[in-house]
Amino acid sequence: MKKLSARRRHPLAAVVVLLLALAATGGLYTAFAPADKAQADTTAQSLAIDEGKKLYAVGCSTCHGTGGQGTSDGPSLAGVGAAAVDFQVGTGRMPAQQPGAQVPDKKNIYSQAEIDQLAAFVASLGAGPAVPTKEQYDPADADIAEGGELFRTNCAQCHNFTGKGGALTRGKYAPSLEDVDPKYIYEAMLHGPQNMPSFPDTTLTEKNKKDIIAYLDEVNSDDSESPGGLELGGLGPVSEGLFGWIFGLGGLIAVAVWVAARTAKAKKS
Amino acid sequence: MSTTTTPNPSGADAPGRSRGKAPAGERVADWADGRLGIYSLAKANMRKIFPDHWSFMLGEICLYSFLIIILTGVYLTLFFHPSMNEIEYHGSYVPLQGQLMSEAFASTLDISFDVRGGLLIRQIHHWAAVIFLAGMFVHMMRVFFTGAFRKPREVNWLFGFLLLVLGMFTGFTGYSLPDDLLSGTGVRFTQGAILSMPIVGTYISMFLFGGEFPGGDFVARFYSIHILLLPGIMLGLVVAHLILVFYHKHTQFAGPGKTNNNVVGMPLLPVYMAKAGGFFFLVFGFITMIAAIASINPIWVLGPYRPDLVSTGAQPDWYMGFAEGLVRAMPGWEINFWGHTLALGVLIPLVIFGVFLAIIALYPFVESWITGDKREHHILDRPRNAPTRTAFGVAWVTAYMIMLIGGGNDIVATHFHLSINAVTWFVRIGFFVGPVIAFIVTKRICLGLQRRDRDKVLHGRESGIIKRLPHGEFVEVHEPLSQEAMYTLTAHEQYKPAEIGPTVDENGVERKVKGPQKLRAKLSKAYYGEENQIPKPTAEEYKEITSGHGHH
Repeated sequence: MKKLSARRRHPLAAVVVLLLALAATGGLYTAFAPADKAQADTTAQSLAIDEGKKLYAVGCSTCHGTGGQGTSDGPSLAGVGAAAVDFQVGTGRMPAQQPGAQVPDKKNIYSQAEIDQLAAFVASLGAGPAVPTKEQYDPADADIAEGGELFRTNCAQCHNFTGKGGALTRGKYAPSLEDVDPKYIYEAMLHGPQNMPSFPDTTLTEKNKKDIIAYLDEVNSDDSESPGGLELGGLGPVSEGLFGWIFGLGGLIAVAVWVAARTAKAKKS
Repeated sequence: MSTTTTPNPSGADAPGRSRGKAPAGERVADWADGRLGIYSLAKANMRKIFPDHWSFMLGEICLYSFLIIILTGVYLTLFFHPSMNEIEYHGSYVPLQGQLMSEAFASTLDISFDVRGGLLIRQIHHWAAVIFLAGMFVHMMRVFFTGAFRKPREVNWLFGFLLLVLGMFTGFTGYSLPDDLLSGTGVRFTQGAILSMPIVGTYISMFLFGGEFPGGDFVARFYSIHILLLPGIMLGLVVAHLILVFYHKHTQFAGPGKTNNNVVGMPLLPVYMAKAGGFFFLVFGFITMIAAIASINPIWVLGPYRPDLVSTGAQPDWYMGFAEGLVRAMPGWEINFWGHTLALGVLIPLVIFGVFLAIIALYPFVESWITGDKREHHILDRPRNAPTRTAFGVAWVTAYMIMLIGGGNDIVATHFHLSINAVTWFVRIGFFVGPVIAFIVTKRICLGLQRRDRDKVLHGRESGIIKRLPHGEFVEVHEPLSQEAMYTLTAHEQYKPAEIGPTVDENGVERKVKGPQKLRAKLSKAYYGEENQIPKPTAEEYKEITSGHGHH
């Protein structure tokens, strides 16, 4: 200790102390700092986030901000979760073509791998619902009747009895659910895209969601049966009335014209 | 066989027959005549003449679809349970298995899926109802635009109008019977309209539903209204309507040989028996075909009614769409005073609904007051020759149609990618502006067509042939019309506008002219004044032009 004590007035002592302090701080930091930062560079997850960030910068940052913080043109994406990205990009709604009352679905230009990368990046911005697994949304052996009742209770107000869609205020609308992938229906319920309210598992349990998907699969898919014949859009009395007027009465008037044109010949006398 | 009605002395020329027994048909007829006195009835009516025109068959479409509704309705009553007792469904429609529902709904599901032919009959019944109402509407328009409602047919016009209104309510009560989510919403809507009536509303609602909505009674009550009360009245009115058609004889369009005192056409027997009888089967077949092709009111996807549920796209059948549109377009105004609420947002549409229908019902009386014409009319007007009436009718139909758009504003919005608010504003403005534009445009079109008729009579039909004269002039060759065509084009009568007369009498004392008289003179001028009809060509004009002095 004498040596050390003797040299404490050495001109380089301060430099040594500084170095020691820096080393200690650095050492402590390495010991306590979040470990994944150092490991992340090598995992698939962080690669996905990196790739997702690049895709995000090209496709999304114009409206949602470079860091997903949101701008006047688009909401913040912190906490929306991977399910929201999978739904919005997977159905082609995002990236939006133009601002408007509502962003319509269109052809999706991203591959599922790219969507997963985007989802990973957005999920890294804040915790949110994850993309559901197949077991979660697979409608096999769910209760159709129960799903119908749940659908009429929670969904039909906007989406119509069988999910044919309906109007909301000022140009907004509830889209048709015809032939929508069960995964997207599940995700939409989970996070509530655009004008739709969200139905987290506390509101509609996983089983409830499955039942609803099973009901839609039964009544509103390509192989749903319509026992009465042509469905006429499934829109109710408006399309029925139109059909009745044009084809029903119109056809009968055509028949009447035909009958009236075939008249008995007057006897020439 | 065309105009004359000389009875055919059948059987008189059968000398070879033995004096023993008369043929079986004759004996049956004789038996019946001896007990029912049908001979004179048949003699008077078998050769009754009806004119031939397709538009005269619109009423037949209504009559036959009404009969089809009754026939199919009887079948449906055999299987329908008008009860609101709650049961659990265990029928063959899987997506509703195990659900709680009323017996009415469950029995309608059974009719649709488990009763033989049930779904087809149900769909025939419902499609026939939609077509029946549409047919009555078009039939009424035909009668309106051709002036067939004039004396002596005003009462029959009112009968027809009552049939339309009763048809609307019969349809509505029938639509409500299955107790599905869609019709239940409609019943709730109706209850709201009833409640909006000041003072009596709550009492009527409590009386109708046997307490608070929905209660356990309304299906059974609507059932007796739907299958007994209203159809009974309608059947009586239909018979009265037809008796009056027989009594007044059918109207006909103007033409050579057709006068106000005759009917030119074919006899009831055999021509119209065959044609009308055949047409019944055509109508039945056609409606059955429609019912076999297209689904209507698929209650199984709508689900059972529960007052806490509602779906978007909840509309009534088209004939109530006008009322639906009025309520949808009306701003939700209300007045609160002394603890009471006056729901103007529903009450005003309710009043407009009644007034709007009453206008068309009372129109014949208004027109006869304006014209002061109390004579009988059996010759129909062409719509162009009554421009103001035609324009008025088109304006009425325009307002009606705009409100139908209003009733389906959500469907219009989603299918044309519009904002529902924009559609509603279009309807609000269109309800007032549309009829005015329609009135003006229709009147101009009518007057234009009158001018064309006048030109055709005076100058003949444009043949499209251009002739070059030797000195180089080009002329278009007009072909003169036939005598018959000219008669048809000039057969209509043109009224002179009613005058109030001098406002001072012969002594120079001012005569008092009452308000209604002034109004009548004004209206009469609007109908028949100089600007409002084109004078039809006179014989003198025609002679002057065809004598060669006039030039084309």
